[in-house]
Amino acid sequence: MTEGTTLLNPPPASAQTVAVTVAPPPKLTVRNLNFFYGDTQALKDIGLDIPEKRVTAIIGPSGCGKSTLLRVFNRIYAIYPNQRALGEAILDGENILDAGYPVHKLRSKIGMVFQKPVPFPMTIFENIAWGIRHHEKLSKSEMDGRVEQALRRAALWDEVKDKLKRSALGLSGGQQQRLCIARSVALKPEVLLLDEPTSALDPIATGRIEQLIEELKHDYTIVIVTHNMQQAARVSDRTAFMYLGELVEFDETEIIFTKPAKRQTEDYISGRFG
Amino acid sequence: MPSNPAIAVIRNADQRSRADARHDVWFRGLLKACALLVLVALLGAAFSTLWGGREVLFGQGLHFLTSDAWNPVSGDYGALAPIFGTLVTSIIALILAVPLSFGIALFLTEIAPTWLRGPVATAIELLASIPSIIYGMWGLFVFVPFMARVEPGLSATLGRIPLLGKLFEGPPIGLGLLTAGIVLAVMILPFVSSVMREVFQTVPNRLKESSYALGSTTWEVVWDIVLPYTRSAVIGGIFLGLGRALGETMAVTFVLGNAYNITSSLLMPGTSISSSIANEFNEAVGTHRSALIALGFLLFVVTFIVLLVSRLMLRQLARREGA
Amino acid sequence: MMALDIYARRRATNVVAMLLSGLAAAVGLAFLIWILWITVKNGLSAMDFKLFTKITAYADEGGLANAIVGSLIMDMIALAICAPVGVLAGTFLAEYANRTRLGAVIRFLNDILLSAPSIVLGLFVYVIIVLPMSNLTHGAVSFSGLAGAIALALIGLPVIVRTTDEMLQLVPGTLREAALSLGIPQWKLTVQVLMRAAVSGIVTGVLLALARLAGETAPLLFTAFGNNFMVANPLDKMASIPVAIYQYTNDPNPALHAIAWAGALLITLFVLLLSLSARWYLHRHQVTHD
Repeated sequence: MTEGTTLLNPPPASAQTVAVTVAPPPKLTVRNLNFFYGDTQALKDIGLDIPEKRVTAIIGPSGCGKSTLLRVFNRIYAIYPNQRALGEAILDGENILDAGYPVHKLRSKIGMVFQKPVPFPMTIFENIAWGIRHHEKLSKSEMDGRVEQALRRAALWDEVKDKLKRSALGLSGGQQQRLCIARSVALKPEVLLLDEPTSALDPIATGRIEQLIEELKHDYTIVIVTHNMQQAARVSDRTAFMYLGELVEFDETEIIFTKPAKRQTEDYISGRFG
Repeated sequence: MPSNPAIAVIRNADQRSRADARHDVWFRGLLKACALLVLVALLGAAFSTLWGGREVLFGQGLHFLTSDAWNPVSGDYGALAPIFGTLVTSIIALILAVPLSFGIALFLTEIAPTWLRGPVATAIELLASIPSIIYGMWGLFVFVPFMARVEPGLSATLGRIPLLGKLFEGPPIGLGLLTAGIVLAVMILPFVSSVMREVFQTVPNRLKESSYALGSTTWEVVWDIVLPYTRSAVIGGIFLGLGRALGETMAVTFVLGNAYNITSSLLMPGTSISSSIANEFNEAVGTHRSALIALGFLLFVVTFIVLLVSRLMLRQLARREGA
Repeated sequence: MMALDIYARRRATNVVAMLLSGLAAAVGLAFLIWILWITVKNGLSAMDFKLFTKITAYADEGGLANAIVGSLIMDMIALAICAPVGVLAGTFLAEYANRTRLGAVIRFLNDILLSAPSIVLGLFVYVIIVLPMSNLTHGAVSFSGLAGAIALALIGLPVIVRTTDEMLQLVPGTLREAALSLGIPQWKLTVQVLMRAAVSGIVTGVLLALARLAGETAPLLFTAFGNNFMVANPLDKMASIPVAIYQYTNDPNPALHAIAWAGALLITLFVLLLSLSARWYLHRHQVTHD
């Protein structure tokens, strides 16, 4: 059932745990994924299953390809010439890397939040309504409801409900990042990709985002890339460790952080490199 | 008919995707068409003046370039006098404006206290936004009388030097090649100096600092480090000024004197390509008009080449900066 | 002894160079002040309410009313042409052709157009608009305000293309990725997010273009020609302030020179105010996006 270079021979101790906890079916199945920046190969033959309604963390040293992998899932890499991905990423039975798979549909199903908060130069309300409007036709009251719901979902409503008509650029960094999460959530995606969502934030704002991730995972499949191992340990159910473009190990987060099967993983976790 | 809402949503999304893709293609096409207009404007300027001047350009051929006759009555047109005037005034302008611009750029990047740099730079750049016809009026009503008073002195001093003195002989009427050259120098000053200032600022501080650390004076740093480092861009800036000077019309038309002369004296009136066109076009008919458009073609080709060189030189520095 | 000599000479050279460069800056400023002072002095003494009520005439009783109206009409038409075209072309360079060969070529040629002789652009419009119009209408329409406006638009176009291109390149790429991640198509992203983020820069470009084209004389001489009557029809010959200044200056009558100075003051104030306010506006609205 599980594939990928490292899981062919899982250690006996983890095999049992896997059997017990990999109850949710995979939401996103990656097979033989290779990625190129021009002639440079950034991802080598990646294969993994992302479980539904769980938080999957991807960790590894800078340049290991973790962000690249995330950027394949919503094909955002495709806006740059000479970046290409080969292989399969199956979402609900369809390969999203197929040229025929509509990008519009893909990106409404898979939302993404970036490292730096990027509010649009509009009001707080418009930041959320703008994306929805492109996908659905809603009446004024329906739209108001949707925006409120999204802001509540991102735990931002109480802070901004009195200034919805003000520019989003006036919010604090942490608020801006939650606004970006709200903006993605508002499109009712099935998967949320978070690319180092707290690396530009202070510890308090980081705590709020992590709490939010905890709540969101009941409804969404979440993939988070982080350079912060403690964060991965705190928020994720499963963790993938990548090194030099390869998936070294992918398992229950607890196992990765306590009894990793691979030497490289252990070295990274224990801070011996990276 | 049984309708499955889920399928309807998907079909909707597919349609939306296709519509988005179509709109993107249209939008891109519109933008590209507008961008291509820039190309069309330049090619159009070249071909339309070639076409408008074909009667003279192809009818007279090389004679047009080598003859100094300009006779609307006999229909004999040679571009030599306007070409001469254009080149002479532009060269005077460069001789005056380049050292001045270098001084200004040096002042603004190395010498002036920081609080003074911004205001002075802005003021110099304002010179560039004054319409050229204002330079022309100032030239005609203020600077020509001024030169008429200065020129006897020039003739009496510089005019006595053997050989070089020939440049400063003639009636001190104020109008003429020298006056036009000076007005042009003031006009191109802000262009050349702001390019020089910008490129001087690109010199990495570590280069300058290491030279200062060896005990160099400011002048030595500028002469031995800054100038060699920015040489191509400085030349590019000078060519940019040259391109401006060659094509300038209104600033020189009033002060040149509109005479088809090729003389050794800079104090004599002359003409330039652009001022011939401006002065005569609306009274010209037939071959005369064609000759003027042909002049315009010449001017365009020459300035295009000068500006091309200028941009290529300027780009070298930009490229090094990027690398 | 020897070493001291060299040191003293180096220091002297340095001091002389510094003095000369300060002098150069002073000379540059002196010319600016001289020109402005003359324009203000002569312009103010000729400033009169009649300028705004009387039309141009080659007699003492002339004014500038029709020239002011003509300039406004042509400048507005020119902006209406070059602002949208320039913004779209600049957007193409920044968003679609940033690293392509075509983009590099157009950007390069645009820089050349920026300094191309304006009189040649006037000839260009004469050959492609004035002559064909005259032939088509058997002389009923030849020189026209419209042709003048098109020539002016060619002057303003490269300014707007360049500023739009530069300003859009300052917008961080993350904004593009964030919008595209929501499934928004590129055109909508460009128009509704990127242009909005760069709007202050684009407005500055349009103001600078207006400052540049409003003072142009040469391209109007054989396109709009000039007119001593008040006309608002863009298919008619049309007066403009710069061309009126040119004609008044060329006249031997000193009373007309005074009107020319008044016109010169008007146009100089307009242009300087525009370029100063463009700088100020950009400075104030420069939003940092990180």
